[in-house]
Amino acid sequence: MLDIDIADLKRISEFIYQKYHYDFRNYAMSSFKRRVLRIMELKKLSVEGLLKKLNDSPPFINEFLDELTVNVTEMFRDPSFWRVMREEILPAIMLNHKQFKIWHAGCSSGEEVLSMCIMLKEMGVLHDVTMIATDLDVNILERAKAATYPIKNMELNEKNYIRFQGTKSFKDYYQEENGMAVFNKDLLMNVSFRRHDLVVGDIFNKFDLILCRNVMIYFNQTLQNEVLKKFHESLFKYGYLAIGSKESLIWCDYANRFIVVNNEEKIYKKIKD
Amino acid sequence: MKKISLNNSYKAVVIGGSAGSFQGVVKILAQLPKGFPLPIIMCLHRLKHVRNGFVEALSIKSVVQVTEPHDKENIKKGSVYLAPANYHMSVELGHSFALSTEEMVNNSRPAIDITLSSCAFVYKEKLVGILLSGANKDGALGMKHIHDRNGLTIVQEPTECMIDTMPKAALAATEIDYVMKVDQIVEFLKELDKQYR
Ligand SMILES: C[S@@+](CC[C@H](N)C(=O)[O-])C[C@H]1O[C@@H](n2cnc3c(N)ncnc32)[C@H](O)[C@@H]1O
Repeated sequence: MLDIDIADLKRISEFIYQKYHYDFRNYAMSSFKRRVLRIMELKKLSVEGLLKKLNDSPPFINEFLDELTVNVTEMFRDPSFWRVMREEILPAIMLNHKQFKIWHAGCSSGEEVLSMCIMLKEMGVLHDVTMIATDLDVNILERAKAATYPIKNMELNEKNYIRFQGTKSFKDYYQEENGMAVFNKDLLMNVSFRRHDLVVGDIFNKFDLILCRNVMIYFNQTLQNEVLKKFHESLFKYGYLAIGSKESLIWCDYANRFIVVNNEEKIYKKIKD
Repeated sequence: MKKISLNNSYKAVVIGGSAGSFQGVVKILAQLPKGFPLPIIMCLHRLKHVRNGFVEALSIKSVVQVTEPHDKENIKKGSVYLAPANYHMSVELGHSFALSTEEMVNNSRPAIDITLSSCAFVYKEKLVGILLSGANKDGALGMKHIHDRNGLTIVQEPTECMIDTMPKAALAATEIDYVMKVDQIVEFLKELDKQYR
């Protein structure tokens, strides 16, 4: 059975950093290890073989990133989170700003972005929102732009939508073509998808709301700390940050610049510059 | 079944279970000696999209309140943890939890193999792994990892299981130190507890 020790994992992340400037050196070890093993199994490579391939064939890095990153996502994941967004957070933002900006950091194949767009449309404010959706993985961004998913995923998405208590029938939002659910592209009219790396990337804009759910669980605490600083800087004062339902920021240096708005759904508000 | 002389070097107990394991887990938690010195780390198959209710149900009779850890939470002695819905739960080298939304493993998220294997990696011979009733083979590979790293392995007696696929898969995959009924597992944990007094 394939196994890999920590020293080899460190060699791999160090090599990728030196050659390609992707920085996985501070990713959480347990999942990073599983992802690397998975790639070695898939490609039938040893550690040395993997390093050689990364060195000899630069295009392989995109495939490597696509496999390394965990892209699993769903629409309206945690329906109760989306209800709080609709009933508390967005109304609070709209009280002060007619137009506002949202950043989806680590948007994966776009299900979370589409959920946001559907919700905003049902609230009648889709036109007032500028959205930027970013991910490290270029392949997954292409899938997000296409907004086309296997029809078999729709059962779960629809269940979530119903528990979110959307006002339409979920099926109104997509058409079935060759076993795929093709979502109405108008939903994404105000979204721009961009490649952006949370670890090495710069701050590029200011937002009223940032969603970064189930992304920082793949980082260690050192890195979480750094990324939270970037989010802090990217938020307007009194802007909101939402993380995954099982994540926590309480141990980060910048935690005291935020207050917890909803602990169950992990929604924070920036209160200090 | 061989007799292992217990000692106080163990650092954690990890429990996996699926269909038919609920009653067993409830019984184990209800009869746990007060002040049991080790963390108990549980991965039980559960509905993926029901976030609430399970820890509460498990806690009712439990001696210790069961909690679902947050990502990066430190593992404390004497606490009882349950893998949250729709997340895999691993243990990191510094004895903290790491959650992940990776693909399902053995059709499950949380998957028992992931929790067991990461515990085996971190705790090595200082781990007790217990696998209960269940209808698939999740956990068998994890039990093998525990055994390979010299941890102690226990499966629930298949005849006592509502569904015996899981313990049987583990028995086929690796050497299991004890095959026990739930009552015997309770006695085992009491015996283990005494080593620390
Ligand atoms: C599990 S998905 C989260 C999807 C969605 N937010 C959700 O909660 O369902 C995690 C995403 O984070 C992205 N990611 C990982 N490291 C990143 C980084 N350094 N910068 C930007 N995105 C990253 C991955 O490519 C992946 O698509």
